Amino acid sequence: MRPFEYVSPTTKAQAVSLLASNWGQAEILAGGTDLLALMKDDVVAPKRLVNIKDIRDLTGVTYNAQGLRIGALTNLGDLADDANVRKNYPALSDALIEAASPQIRNMATLGGNLCQRPRCWFFRNGLGLLPKDETGKELVTDGDNRYHAILGNDGPAKFVSPSTIVPILIAYGAKIRVEGPKGKREVPLEKFYVIPKTETEREHDLQPNEIVTEVVLPASTGVKAAHYEVRQKQAFDWPLAVAAVALKMNGSNVQAARVVMGYVAPLPWPSPEAEQVLSGQSIDDDIAQKAADAAVKNAKPLSHNAYKVQLARVSVKRALLKAVSGGAA
Amino acid sequence: MKNVTITINGAEQQAQVEPRLLLVHYLREVAGLTGTHIGCETSLCGACTVLMDGRAVKSCTVLAVQADGHKIGTVEGLANGGQLHAIQEGFWEEHGLQCGFCTPGMLMCSHDLLAQHPSPTDSEIREAINGNLCRCTGYEHIVNAVKSAARKMTKRVSARAA
Ligand SMILES: Cc1cc2nc3c(=O)[nH]c(=O)nc-3n(C[C@H](O)[C@H](O)[C@H](O)COP(=O)(O)OP(=O)(O)OC[C@H]3O[C@@H](n4cnc5c(N)ncnc54)[C@H](O)[C@@H]3O)c2cc1C
Ligand code: FES
Ligand code: FES
Repeated sequence: MRPFEYVSPTTKAQAVSLLASNWGQAEILAGGTDLLALMKDDVVAPKRLVNIKDIRDLTGVTYNAQGLRIGALTNLGDLADDANVRKNYPALSDALIEAASPQIRNMATLGGNLCQRPRCWFFRNGLGLLPKDETGKELVTDGDNRYHAILGNDGPAKFVSPSTIVPILIAYGAKIRVEGPKGKREVPLEKFYVIPKTETEREHDLQPNEIVTEVVLPASTGVKAAHYEVRQKQAFDWPLAVAAVALKMNGSNVQAARVVMGYVAPLPWPSPEAEQVLSGQSIDDDIAQKAADAAVKNAKPLSHNAYKVQLARVSVKRALLKAVSGGAA
Repeated sequence: MKNVTITINGAEQQAQVEPRLLLVHYLREVAGLTGTHIGCETSLCGACTVLMDGRAVKSCTVLAVQADGHKIGTVEGLANGGQLHAIQEGFWEEHGLQCGFCTPGMLMCSHDLLAQHPSPTDSEIREAINGNLCRCTGYEHIVNAVKSAARKMTKRVSARAA
């Protein structure tokens, strides 16, 4: 790992002033479970690390009638075990428990999870987010793309968004709060992610000197939700497809549905097509299948990942059936 | 260089370290505690697991400066004088190790588990060690060892309470 300067501010304002206005100069360090791996492999080489773990304002989980507020420094393990999360957002707890391993969940923060970089093996080997050869040919198109995107992949970005927590957060209606030199802003989590068009952009809409401070979820009254993921190994593996659903129920009928897929596109991928199929319906096997078919209707697999279309389809169907059978709230 | 104060197995230590020094290298090379092993150095194998403020973490993906002001527990801190910890006894009696390379990490992970769940189920044990690779045992004996340790520890707690 290359040498760097290490600073530990204790306030958000200090942290913001220690960050730089271009990517690559300084990086925020939270748990370090992703950033240190990238630095060991020389994929990123910041000159300064701004450790935010000493900023008290970024901690804590609070719950009231309006919903849940999660400080960005909350670690994934504590969040999974939080009594209010378990009771009111059980599908979030399910997603958290399945992520990584206990040791990583003890270190990894929610803020870091939202901003973690893609697992794409071209990127992790230093070839860039939008890898090309010297003639400008896209490496992913001709290379081993078995884990790459099946949706939203018509531009140069073919990686998949890496968080398994973000889809269920979006389904529950999460917003994130961000603070930077120009003050505070609040963004629906769904709008936070962008598909980069050039190598100097990131996968999210954060400025290099902004900090994610907290995540807020609305109350979950009358919502049935579920998280479902398919992996090669049962434990401690990155998934091949993720589906998260949150259904606002009116009796046994769906009043409004959110269906969000993960690991299928360079963004967490909401499916308005599936949501439309579900609206007003009572969910049975047949409707779940129709919604799942709609969710992958526009999929365009690459040369080695057609199998992911079926995995994504099955994930959506199973998430829907899980939500209505067990996943209360 | 940065000054750090880290409490290792109950003893406070101060040192000057480069910010890029990993905690596992600090433990092995600066503190001289080589019980914590390095397998992959990429967060995958769990051999480097130590306790940070009581919770298991992979010390190959923590900077020594991140441990500044915190309490670290390593395998060297488990036994009390000549008396093995119940978790170590469990591994010994149930053949929870063969070559022993993964063992310090397995012990520290089990320590965190048993602090949270004194009587874990088999699946809770398997979940707790799912970030730890063992190339020898096939895991069965490790699960038995943790169960045995759990029984010993709850028995000792109730004996003390009686
Ligand atoms: C073996 C392994 C398995 C994993 N499995 C899963 C999985 O199944 N599902 C899943 O979702 N994830 C998984 N992960 C990823 C893991 O969840 C992330 O590494 C972790 O959440 C990152 O959090 P951190 O606090 O360690 O972030 P860091 O590594 O400190 O930071 C990650 C990135 O986010 C930025 N950042 C951190 N905090 C903030 C903030 N508050 N504001 C702005 N930017 C910030 C950093 O600058 C950096 O670019 C796995 C990781 C490993 C190593
Ligand atoms: S050496 Fe740390 S996880 Fe393998
Ligand atoms: S005992 Fe040899 S690796 Fe586990």
